[in-house]
This record gives sequence, structure tokens and C-alpha cells, in this order.
Amino acid sequence: MTDRLVLEARGIVKHFGHVTALDGTDFELRVSEILGIIGDNGAGKSTLIKALSGALVPDRGEILVDGVRVHFRAPSDARRAGIETLYQELAVAPALSIVENLFLGRELRRRGFLGRVLRMLDRRRMLEESSAFMKELGIGVRSMKQAVETLSGGQRQGVAVARSAAFARHVVIMDEPTAALGVKEGKLVLDLIRRVRDRGLSVVLISHNMPHVFEVADRIHVARLGRRVAMLDPKGVSMSDAVAVMTGAMIPEQLPPHTLS
Amino acid sequence: MILRAVHVFALIGLSSVAAAQQPVIGLITKTSTNPFFVKMREGAEAAAKTSGARLISGSGKNDGDNVGQVTALENMIAAGAKVILITPNDSKAIVPSISKARAKGILVIALDSPTDPVNASDALFATDNYRAGTLIGRYARAALGAKVARIATIDLFPGHPVGAQRHNGFLKGFGLRAPEAAVNTLGTASDVVCMADSYGDQTRGQTAMENCLQKNPDINVVYTINEPSAAGAYKALKAKGKEKSVILVSVDGGCQGVRDVASGAIAATAQQYPVKMAELGVAAGMAFIRTGKKPSGYTDTGVSLIAATKVRGVESKDVTTGIELCFGRK
Amino acid sequence: MRARLLGTLGPLLALIAACLFFAMRSDRFLTADNLSIVLQQVMVVGVIAIGQTLVILTAGVDLSCGMVMSLGGIVMTKLAVEQQVPVAVAIAAGIAATALFGAINGLLVTHLRLPPFIVTLGTLNIAFAITQLYSNAQTVTDVPAGLTTLGNAFQLGGSSVVYGALIMLALYAVAAFALSQTAAGRHVYAVGNNPEGARLTGIATQRVLLGVYLLAGVCYGLAALLSVARTGVGDPNAGQAENLEAITAVVVGGTSLFGGRGFVLSSLVGALIVGVFRNGLTLMGVSSVYQMLVSGVLVILAVATDQFSRRLAQRGGGET
Repeated sequence: MTDRLVLEARGIVKHFGHVTALDGTDFELRVSEILGIIGDNGAGKSTLIKALSGALVPDRGEILVDGVRVHFRAPSDARRAGIETLYQELAVAPALSIVENLFLGRELRRRGFLGRVLRMLDRRRMLEESSAFMKELGIGVRSMKQAVETLSGGQRQGVAVARSAAFARHVVIMDEPTAALGVKEGKLVLDLIRRVRDRGLSVVLISHNMPHVFEVADRIHVARLGRRVAMLDPKGVSMSDAVAVMTGAMIPEQLPPHTLS
Repeated sequence: MILRAVHVFALIGLSSVAAAQQPVIGLITKTSTNPFFVKMREGAEAAAKTSGARLISGSGKNDGDNVGQVTALENMIAAGAKVILITPNDSKAIVPSISKARAKGILVIALDSPTDPVNASDALFATDNYRAGTLIGRYARAALGAKVARIATIDLFPGHPVGAQRHNGFLKGFGLRAPEAAVNTLGTASDVVCMADSYGDQTRGQTAMENCLQKNPDINVVYTINEPSAAGAYKALKAKGKEKSVILVSVDGGCQGVRDVASGAIAATAQQYPVKMAELGVAAGMAFIRTGKKPSGYTDTGVSLIAATKVRGVESKDVTTGIELCFGRK
Repeated sequence: MRARLLGTLGPLLALIAACLFFAMRSDRFLTADNLSIVLQQVMVVGVIAIGQTLVILTAGVDLSCGMVMSLGGIVMTKLAVEQQVPVAVAIAAGIAATALFGAINGLLVTHLRLPPFIVTLGTLNIAFAITQLYSNAQTVTDVPAGLTTLGNAFQLGGSSVVYGALIMLALYAVAAFALSQTAAGRHVYAVGNNPEGARLTGIATQRVLLGVYLLAGVCYGLAALLSVARTGVGDPNAGQAENLEAITAVVVGGTSLFGGRGFVLSSLVGALIVGVFRNGLTLMGVSSVYQMLVSGVLVILAVATDQFSRRLAQRGGGET
């Protein structure tokens, strides 16, 4: 893990009417790291994520991708910059197959006349690439052609993660990826997240599940009242201390240096 | 200044008194676009004008729209109508509104279609649909001559009184055993080899005839509920090359239908007279307004057989007469 | 996978079973001539059902289909007969009119976010009223031959096949290809299955919906041409039966009213089922009131089978 920053934000401010959701928060994400974001409700986690993924435009502040300043006006801008987002509401079409879901919105067309004029899909190529990719990520399914609704919750999440990982060039942002999953399935998704990181992508992970965050994150970004109050080292800090900083029971200055990152 | 104002008020008062003295007759038809009702309304307007009455008209939005007719009825009561002529969309549902009007001393006459029960309106001026069927039945039998009959009936839909009356009347006129006029179900007979529903429209009439021809390719007589379904039946017959060998009869006497009789597509049609219904209605209404005398019971507004070719023993009018008296675009 | 197959093949099996049943009850049923007649009777509803399938795949419904078709027919025939407009232009104008209604439906659904049921209930009445007024409730006759060519037939193996029926089959082939082999087609399914999810994936859901309603409008215009060709007239009262029959065809064919599931070819099967029953019952001499009974039972069976096969499919999923 290098120290080069793949995604950075400085002084992001966002108001919704009288409510200040982001109060000049900073953010940094290194190459090939898993960054966990924790924070109480109303801390501004979702708003920060939306700003980074292009779902909303900040009032003030700047966002940099690979050191270059960017202005995201729509989610497609962020996608073009190589940032994929996994939303809390599962963005899969349950009736469609795994292959179709993986390539949804980015379908491959056949070459030549069939593809350019008749706009015919290259199902064979999509099937090959999907199978290879799912295998690489270690997600096991009976058949790539089966409908997503026939999969278990963990497998469905796996498909969503695979889709983000397949098309991301730099960052995958995941909003509560293990919520609503059982213990075993949650662990499978965490494994998946690690493999995504090992492929060279960075992962931003929002979660209320402390054990999961501590298990998989390289660093932890603590959000509170619209700002980043601390960056913690999960190997150094204890879970209870992290929660204390998150809720404001403890201020970051009270933490010993080995807990910080 | 005040004198001028009094002058103006007096004038307004006088003219409204004059207007009030002009009796108001209301006409509510099923729809405003069906040529049958357009003709009825024109007849009513002309009759009202000559009698010195003012006609206000209204209708439902479409066939079967009861609410629209109820609204029109209420508006006409408010406008001071003394007589209301109505062709009910829903013979049962309109009854409470009619009763309210009659309770206020308004005369309500049903035209073309009866209320259910019939005496819910003061009187009924309508076509005798059973007789209409009988006329074309007699014509068809005579035109067929000595040949063995294989009859197809293209009907309206199950349960409708007009559909039953015309169908059963046809059977009676053709010389077959048939149910009486009051019966609402379709009679059957051994000579009737196919019965299919058209819902009164041309496309379904065509489909019905096609299917009947599949069942019995040697059908030689076709009864149809109305002229649009007859046009559809004719198309089906023509597609099989049978249009010359089949006697096709219908009911209505609309201008398009009479033209079809002239061209030979339809052999004969029973013509009904919406203008007659309107004229009788206005006349009865004026009599009520002037003398308080109410009409009652059922009055037959007449039906004539229109045929291009006369057949022995059956009286019919020719196509020219038919065109003069028809409703719709001439 | 087997459960999904049941849902798809069920209607086809029902059609085959019905054909066998009627073949046994009447020896006139299974003749080439009779089957060709049934195909003609079904071709107008069949084409309307293509448009309706597209709409229902997006979890919508288009209650105005028959009335819009009727308007298209009146526009075509009135222009050709009364204004002596060349046939090709008249046809284009009729299809443009129906496409316009489709666009209106689409815009109201996407931009005003009104439920399709309500929107199309409104446009149904508007289309009906315009048709009645424009035509003066009179059928347009003496239609030029160009408008009715598709109603002509050619001989094929002892029976006549109407050109219009071939057009219907060709349109089904195009629709089936587009829905299963192109990205735009798959997006229709995605939008119907999970509209929010589709939007998050980057699919332009508004454009997909608008496109679907517009294409449906075009289908109704083509159906209008076939209707004029079949009957030889412009009938302002045509389309009233087709309104509900097209929806019946789609549902009986197995496409789910909840969107995202189904195949357009199934709607052809559904339309054929309705036509076969109407033809077969008439051949048997059974009263048409039983057709309504059968139609109602089929719709309920179709929806129940769809639900049942879906539940089976979901239970089949498991961990690996």
C-alpha cells in the first residue's frame, strides 16, 4: 500500500436549506486500500459519499482524483472518472440473469454489421467475461445464466460488488454492503472486498457494523457533525474507543498516537 | 335617470316574461354523435320551432353513460322544462331521476328504448323491433323461394331486449317457431345453423360471419342486428365469393345502410324513424302543456321495409324513398 | 429454471390443447382455410398486443390502445377519401397521430409521474371523443385500394394467407429480436423489473419509458392500417373490443403485469388463444357468452401460473 492518494476531498461544504450536512470535511483515500467510514446518524457519511460519486454537487470545496481537480455534475461523470458506487438499495434487476446484470448499462455488442447496425448483443463474450471475473473474485454460482432472484442474499450482493469492481478503474464506494446479510454471507462479502482491493482498486466502505469494519479496513475515517474528526488505525485502536470518538464521548486528542493513522 | 332605469328593467322583465311563456321541452339522447340521434334531435328542433316551444338538448357521453343523462335531466328541470323526451342509456338506472322529474309534474316520455319497468315513464314512442324483424324475415323467406333455408343470425349480444326482439321477430316472419315479443332470449330453430354475436359493430360482424361460414359454407340467409354488422358480414361473404348467393337482411334504415341496399350488398332492411319519434314526442308534449292531457302506453313510430327488388306477397318501399327518409349522411 | 419454463410454455401448451379439443369437436376446425381465417381475425389485436407488451414489460398498462388505433384508422381513411391525400401520406399521417398519442402518454408518465393506468384512462376518453367528433360517428367508406392491399390474400398450399397476417408475424419477429438481442431491449426489462436500480446503473429510465410508449403508439397505427385493410372501411367504433382484448392477450400469454418478465411472442400466443376459442366455440354452436367465461378463466389461470412459477423459481435459489 503506497501513500499516493487516489481520491481526495478538501473542505467540502453542503447545506440543505438550514441544515448543514457537511461542514468543511476532508477526505483522503490511498491507492489499493480499504477505507472504512464510520459515524453516527447525521454525521454526513451519506452526503460525503454522494458528493464523491457525483450524486450531488457540493456548495464549496474541491475533489481531486489522482491529484487532478474534478467537478462531478452527475453520477456518470464520476463513473467516467473511474469511481463506481454500490448503493444500499440493491441496484440489480432480479428477473434478469447474472450476466445481464453484470453488464447492465454497459453491454457488449457484436462486431461488424450485426453490432453496429442491428445493435445485436454479444452474449457469448459477455458470458465468458462474466464467468472469468466471477471466478476470479471467488463468487460461486450454479450458472451464470440463472436469474439473480434465484440467488441468496450474499450471492446477490456478490453480483453487485462484482459489477462495481469490474468497471471501476480507481475506486469502489460501498454503502452498507453487509447489512441485511447473515454471518456466513457477510464474511463472504468481506472476502470479496479484500480481493477487490488486491486487484489494485481502492474501496470506500460505509458501515455500521464495527466488527466488519475492523476486520477488513486498512484505515478508518471517523465522521462527526459534518466533519472528519479522526483517521484511525484499526490494528491500534480499540473498537470501544473508536465508537467513543464517533459519538463524541471522547475527543481524538485523547487518543494515543499509535491509534491514529 | 331613474326613469331610464325603470324603463330598462321593465323591458327586461317583459322579455323574460315572454321567454317564460315559451314552453321548454328537453330532449336527452344516448349520445350526441350517433347519426340516429342527430336526426332525432334535428326533428325535435324543427317540431319545437313550428309549435312555438324551445328545445334544449343533452346527451350521455357514450353508449351506456347513465350519469351524463342524469346530469342533463337535472339541468333541464332547473331550466324549467315541462316535458322531457329521453332515450335511456340504462333503462333501470335512469328510473329514480325520471321519478323525481315526474313528481315535479314534468311529463317524461321514453323514445326508442323503454325504461325498465316500462311504466316508469309516462309513455313510450319507439320502433316495434319485433315487427321490424318480422318484416325482414318475411322478405327473406319470400326471396329464398323454394330452396331449403340455412340461416345464420348475426346478433347483438346476450340479454339485450332489442337484440332478442329483432332476432325472434325475424324467425317469426321467416315462418319458423319463435318466442313472443316479450322474451329476452334468442330463439333457435333447426333451419338456423349458426348464431354468433357482433355487438353491433362492423369488425365483429365480419368475424362472426367468417366463423359461421367456416361452420356451414352453405349458409344462404343471413339476419343481422344492424347495418354496420351487415356491412361486416357482407365483407366476409364477398371474401368467400358468396355475396350473390346469400340473402342478407338487416334493420335500421340509416343512409349508409340504404346505400348498401341500393348496391345490392343488403337485400332488404327495416327502416326506423327517429324523426317520427321526436315529432310525436314534441306533439304529445305540447298537448300536455296546453291541456294537461298526458299520453300513455306504447305508440308504434312505424317501420318500413326498404328493398331494391320487390318480392311477391311482401310490401316494401324502394330505395329512393329509403334515402329520403334515412338518417345519417345522405 | 424448470419453473420459469412452465411459465413461458404454459400458454403455448394451452393453445395446443385448445386446438386439439376443437379439432375433436368439429372436423372443420383444423383445416388450413379455417386456421388462415383465425390468423386474419387475430392480426389486428396481435399487432396492438406488441405495443401493449412493451408497456406492460415496464410495469405499466395502456388502456387507450384500442381507441388510439381507431383514431389512426379514421385519420388515414378520412384524409384519403375526403381530402384525396395520397395513400402513403394518409397512412403516415394516421401512424403519426397514434404515435403522438403514445408520446403524450409517455410524457405524462415520465414527466408528471402520473400512474400509467390513470394517464391512459384519460387518453382513452380523449382519443374516443376526437374520433367520434372527427368522423361525425360515421363510418368512412369507399376507401382507396392502396389502404386495403394488406387485406388481400395470396395462395399458399391450398388456402389463402392475408398479407396483413404476414406483416403481423414480421413485426413480432422484429420485436422479439429487439427485446432479446439488443441492449435497449434488455433495458426495457431492467426498467420494468427495478426502475430505481436501473437508474442507479446509469440507464436513462425516462428515455426508455418514453420510447416504449411512443413505440406502442406506432404499433397502434400499424394495427389501424391492418384494421382498415381487413374491414375495408374506417370505422370510428373499431377498437372498442380490441382495447381489452389486447391486454387479455398479453396477460394470457404470460407477461407479468408487475413488469420485467415475459416475452413478446407469448402475446401472439395469447391473442391466438382468444381467437381460437372464439372460432372454435362458434363452430361448436356454443353461445358467445361462454367465450367471455372462458376468457375470464384464462386470464386468472395465466396470472396464477405466473405467480406460482415465480415462487418456485425463487425457492430454487440457494447457497453454493
